[in-house]
Amino acid sequence: MAERERVLKIRDLSISFKTGNGKVNAIRGVNFDLYKGETVAIVGESGSGKSVTTKAIMGILANNGTIDSGSIEYTWHDENTGEAITKDIVQLSKKEMQKEIRGRKIAMVFQDPMTSLNPTMTIGKQVMEPMMFHYGKSKQEAYQRAVELLKEVGITDAEKRMKNYPHQLSGGMRQRIVIAIALSCDPYVLICDEPTTALDVTIQAKILELIQDIQKKKDLSVIYITHDLGVVAKVADFVNVMYAGKIVETGTINEIFYDPKHPYTWGLLSSMPDLDTNDDELYTIPGTPPNLTQEIKGDAFAPRNQYALNIDLRLDPPMFDVPGSDTHKVASWLMHEKAPKVEMPESLKRRIEKMKEEGLKNG
Amino acid sequence: MDNNEPILVVKDLKQHFKISRNFTVKAVDGISFEIKPGETYGLVGESGSGKSTTGRSIIRLYKPTSGSIKFNGKEISGKLDKETLTDLRTNMQMIFQDPMACLNPRRKVLDIIAEGLDIHKSYKTIEERNEKVYQILELVGLSKEHASRYPHQFSGGQRQRIGIARALIMNPSLIIADEAISALDVSIQAQVVNLMKKIQKKTNIAYLFIAHDLSMVKYISNRIGVLHLGHLVETGTSEEIFNHPLHPYTKSLLSAIPHPNPEVEKNRVSLTYDYKESGLNYEAGIQHKVSDTHYVLATDEEFQDFLKHQNDVI
Repeated sequence: MAERERVLKIRDLSISFKTGNGKVNAIRGVNFDLYKGETVAIVGESGSGKSVTTKAIMGILANNGTIDSGSIEYTWHDENTGEAITKDIVQLSKKEMQKEIRGRKIAMVFQDPMTSLNPTMTIGKQVMEPMMFHYGKSKQEAYQRAVELLKEVGITDAEKRMKNYPHQLSGGMRQRIVIAIALSCDPYVLICDEPTTALDVTIQAKILELIQDIQKKKDLSVIYITHDLGVVAKVADFVNVMYAGKIVETGTINEIFYDPKHPYTWGLLSSMPDLDTNDDELYTIPGTPPNLTQEIKGDAFAPRNQYALNIDLRLDPPMFDVPGSDTHKVASWLMHEKAPKVEMPESLKRRIEKMKEEGLKNG
Repeated sequence: MDNNEPILVVKDLKQHFKISRNFTVKAVDGISFEIKPGETYGLVGESGSGKSTTGRSIIRLYKPTSGSIKFNGKEISGKLDKETLTDLRTNMQMIFQDPMACLNPRRKVLDIIAEGLDIHKSYKTIEERNEKVYQILELVGLSKEHASRYPHQFSGGQRQRIGIARALIMNPSLIIADEAISALDVSIQAQVVNLMKKIQKKTNIAYLFIAHDLSMVKYISNRIGVLHLGHLVETGTSEEIFNHPLHPYTKSLLSAIPHPNPEVEKNRVSLTYDYKESGLNYEAGIQHKVSDTHYVLATDEEFQDFLKHQNDVI
């Protein structure tokens, strides 16, 4: 692999929200990196802070949310001189953010295409708008580019479609339009927040393949947020597993799927029915996610973790490196050298063996 | 109840919606299937294939255009007399997709669940009514204390449990679950599905499980029907549908499911299926028998063609 170029560097990010019930510590120290042309997936239950993290990157946190500490460093090359510029998004003013970063360098695709499109504007106008706003393109230029974009995202009769309104299109088509809008300013980073959850399986596959295609063509970096591990397996290079506002396990896709170390990741992988499951009962992770308005002592996952150690209740585990890998890191005391040796559940082991076999057959 | 007697028999059900004088949407166009007590029948298909419409026609939220629906041996597709209607409204229940949208935010859980009891006046004292609600709450894994709360105080999975409790309170023999788990997280989906299975074992209830998530459908269903454009293109046991699919639409549906296995997934491209380009004619097709439980919709030539491609790798 050639020299990897870092685009995003997030360090020790903490975000809290002020609510009627007190302060909610939604993100509690998140670190991750995104490199050029690569795909990072963030998985976790609802409320684990996946969306909040990306909203912070885009600078669109809700009004009651504040970034308490940490940095989000974003590196890009100047359009004219080509020199690398690094800026901390957290420190940027709202105006700079809107002018420089949001939409132009980092774009986002949201979950529900019906709510992210304006129902009163033709789709042509909506695709042209960001180009005219950010780059001051003339109407004709923007129109030409918009038609090209629509063709690029696989919309037939692009010129005719320019005059349509969102309600005249199907769900999959609408999501394609949203992707076209996101791509209109040639961003370097594309954030996809559950881009296919609202869509059918058949259309989901098509949209994912489209995003992959475009990524390859334009050398984009993509952040996927999803709770569907099948989607993760299809698109991601790296996976971050989030739980209660922290990343509990990170690694390459193969490390997470074939050699998971954190009990929460075990739970996630086991609770998903694959097409060969014949067990009588699906595995579920017992209990519910912790209430983030309260101070969490020790490991947030400990109360639901059957492998929890005594220390889990007192001290929050740091990120341990998995021996033999520079990418795989786990936040669990089980990885400490003095911890008792704990193996993953038997059923999961069997499943992973089977997955590996299938992988060899098809790979 | 005799176990072999199907609880629901749908025959040639058609549900058309007239949009204008010369345009009619044929949402469901002649489908037939039956459900036995204690069985789960999965109905899958993409959006617009008519799966929800089928569910709603069966529970008579719509008036079917033609065809027959027999529930517990009684015909329920035509005009309903009072007795049949009461029977239908108590013995068949529905669980909806979005648990927030289908629970009245201004009422307490106790009253939401007891609404069916209230309407059908099936209790003598208030204590009896509340006791029934508490029992049901326990069955779905909630506690008595939850009864006096409002829907917004619950998480998504708990809300769906309330939806299930509401459906169960009348002791139905058939529950139609319309995308009941689609709006939930993976880990919570598993909880709800486990719960539904547990209840089925206890009460021998039958489910009509409508969904587009095929892996869950496979897991919960005994038999599966694949719907496309209002036609039932393939039916069979879940084993037959998943391991020996014949119809190209079924194959494309199966190929679209992302496998949670990176090595496999990286090299796989999903199949495309387009009715217009496929050259198939659903109108002319008849149900061809593959095995006792496995049927596929096709004309004679198409059927031969399907058999030839049976062993193509998906």
